[in-house]
Amino acid sequence: MVLFLANLIYERTPMIKKDKLTAILMLMPSVILLAIFVYGFIGQTIYTSLTNWGMDPSQALAINPKVKFIGFGMYKELFTGFIDIRFRQDLVNTFFFTIFFIAGCLILGLGLAFLLDQNLKAEGLFRTIFLLPMSLSFIVTGTIWRWLLQPKGGINMLPSLLGLEPMQFRWLTTRDQIWQFNWQDIPKFTGWLVVVVLLWIAFSAFRDNKKTRALVAFISLLAVAAWSAFIAPKILILPYPETHGFNIAFVGIIIAAVWQMSGYTMALYLAGLRGIPQALREAASVDGANEWQIYRHVVLPLLKPITLSAMIILGHISLKIFDLIFAMAGADNSTTDVPALLMYLTTFRANQFSKGAAIAVILLIMVAFVIIPYLWTSLRSEVER
Amino acid sequence: MTKQRFWRYSYYFLISLAALVFLIPVYLVIITSLKDPGAINLNTTWQLPKVWYWQSFAEAWGLLAPKFINSLILTVSATLLSAFFGSMNGYILSKWRFRGANIIFPLMLFGMFIPYQSILIPLFKFLRETGLYGGLAGLILVHVVYGLPITTLIFRNFYAEIPDDMLEAAKVDGASFFGVYSKIIFPLSISGFVVVIIWQFTQVWNEFLFAVVLTKNDSQPITVALAQLAGGEAVKWNLPMAGAILTALPTLIVYIVLGRYFIRGLLAGSIKG
Repeated sequence: MVLFLANLIYERTPMIKKDKLTAILMLMPSVILLAIFVYGFIGQTIYTSLTNWGMDPSQALAINPKVKFIGFGMYKELFTGFIDIRFRQDLVNTFFFTIFFIAGCLILGLGLAFLLDQNLKAEGLFRTIFLLPMSLSFIVTGTIWRWLLQPKGGINMLPSLLGLEPMQFRWLTTRDQIWQFNWQDIPKFTGWLVVVVLLWIAFSAFRDNKKTRALVAFISLLAVAAWSAFIAPKILILPYPETHGFNIAFVGIIIAAVWQMSGYTMALYLAGLRGIPQALREAASVDGANEWQIYRHVVLPLLKPITLSAMIILGHISLKIFDLIFAMAGADNSTTDVPALLMYLTTFRANQFSKGAAIAVILLIMVAFVIIPYLWTSLRSEVER
Repeated sequence: MTKQRFWRYSYYFLISLAALVFLIPVYLVIITSLKDPGAINLNTTWQLPKVWYWQSFAEAWGLLAPKFINSLILTVSATLLSAFFGSMNGYILSKWRFRGANIIFPLMLFGMFIPYQSILIPLFKFLRETGLYGGLAGLILVHVVYGLPITTLIFRNFYAEIPDDMLEAAKVDGASFFGVYSKIIFPLSISGFVVVIIWQFTQVWNEFLFAVVLTKNDSQPITVALAQLAGGEAVKWNLPMAGAILTALPTLIVYIVLGRYFIRGLLAGSIKG
């Protein structure tokens, strides 16, 4: 018997080993391609962002451009340079766009999923309608909404269907800006934001009776608050005040983006709702909870992880948003600009390769901040499963 | 009981209202594309065309047909290639676990989230140096490479459901790496292929950034052509609207016919299978 087994192993091993080798060899092309096209190219982009390639127009399009290594000069220029005010406004634009886009998609998506979960007739039809925009290109969506939001276009005429006066809103072409603030206040704002986060950490630690953690969070909170109040205002990141704010022209773009993507959150939430065992709801109902209480105390807490993944997926989409704005407002409209578009203009229209590369790297860092923790936790929980 | 009925009616009311709002843009696109350009004006924006004017579609098709064919070639080749490689990778990563696989997989996945701006300059340089810049072949290569992470992910999650015992049995019977793939894995992965192919088809067809940066005029995909058609200070909106419909049609048909698989691809994109 033992001999038989040993013989078997002897016979099989080379075969399995050979197969394992084949497997690794078959995976190699993909691994090598991605190693070059993702990591190699990112490395090159980072290097380019540290040079002055393209800043001397005579060298920009030369076959073998004379390129000098200049360190972090491009980044410094983007954050503090006089002409790069547009980049800083782009960051502010992305910030506001991201917040409203995510909020809109989550609220609408949850509402629609809730309605679809009520065993309505024609559920399939409704689901098809809400997901329909997801199958379209952002270019198609942008083209459609560009027409709808013309000053003399469809949406402004909508009230006239009810016999009201048409709206006069200029949607994509307005230059109005609200919630203005001074760029010099950024360190202060960041400090207070950290304070709020620490306060929340301290509070939830206190609630869970983790005294040490609550104390540590509270002490660091005081330190950061003191820093924000006394030191941060003295940090001069710009020699002169510079106003930024929320460009109203983004309202239309946010509406179009929510129209396109809220079906996605709906699908995520619906899958989540369907995954909640009926027995759980029935148990709550037996305990005397009404419909609303069941949602509030049983269903919503179970949907939390879905909200988190939806926020991450939507968040990284909104940081990268490019085609929608390109098609809706054009690439050159500075009020509706975002870093992804500015990178395109800087690199492929103005041929300032190193500055374009620096914008791209900043964009990558922002996306990585959102994505890497997400990849990390979801793959780790998979291993544990 | 009456209270319950009241809620049910209000649910129906709310969801119908939402559906109506979602369909408003669709309605306006269709009626605008069917109007005589002279008949498009402020006061009748929302009214059905008095005369059905099909000319815009003929005109838009005349302009977009070559780009439509470019997109078709691009999408079909990129989709099939990335689906094949994705299936192979998914098979290897789920059934031939080797040391280091747990590091390689997340590193591969990261590639589907990066903003493509961050690789665009070296990619542009690379394609120019290899002579692939401007043509369809280069764009196909790009879409295959950057499609690998998502196709690998979907197939890997799909194959994780196939019990390992089945493969072990086949291996004991002497099936090799390719034998297991062709006799067991491939026949079981038809619905996986449908999900991946639909997903990639939609992604590649709808893509814009690579298309606008890496192609020259005669190899442009349709999204670039539509952006040009609708860009600028267009006054006659019938033409861009007809163009938008033509551009949307392939993915729309796929979605309506195979919606179930489309949703599965959609949900797979959020990593947990």
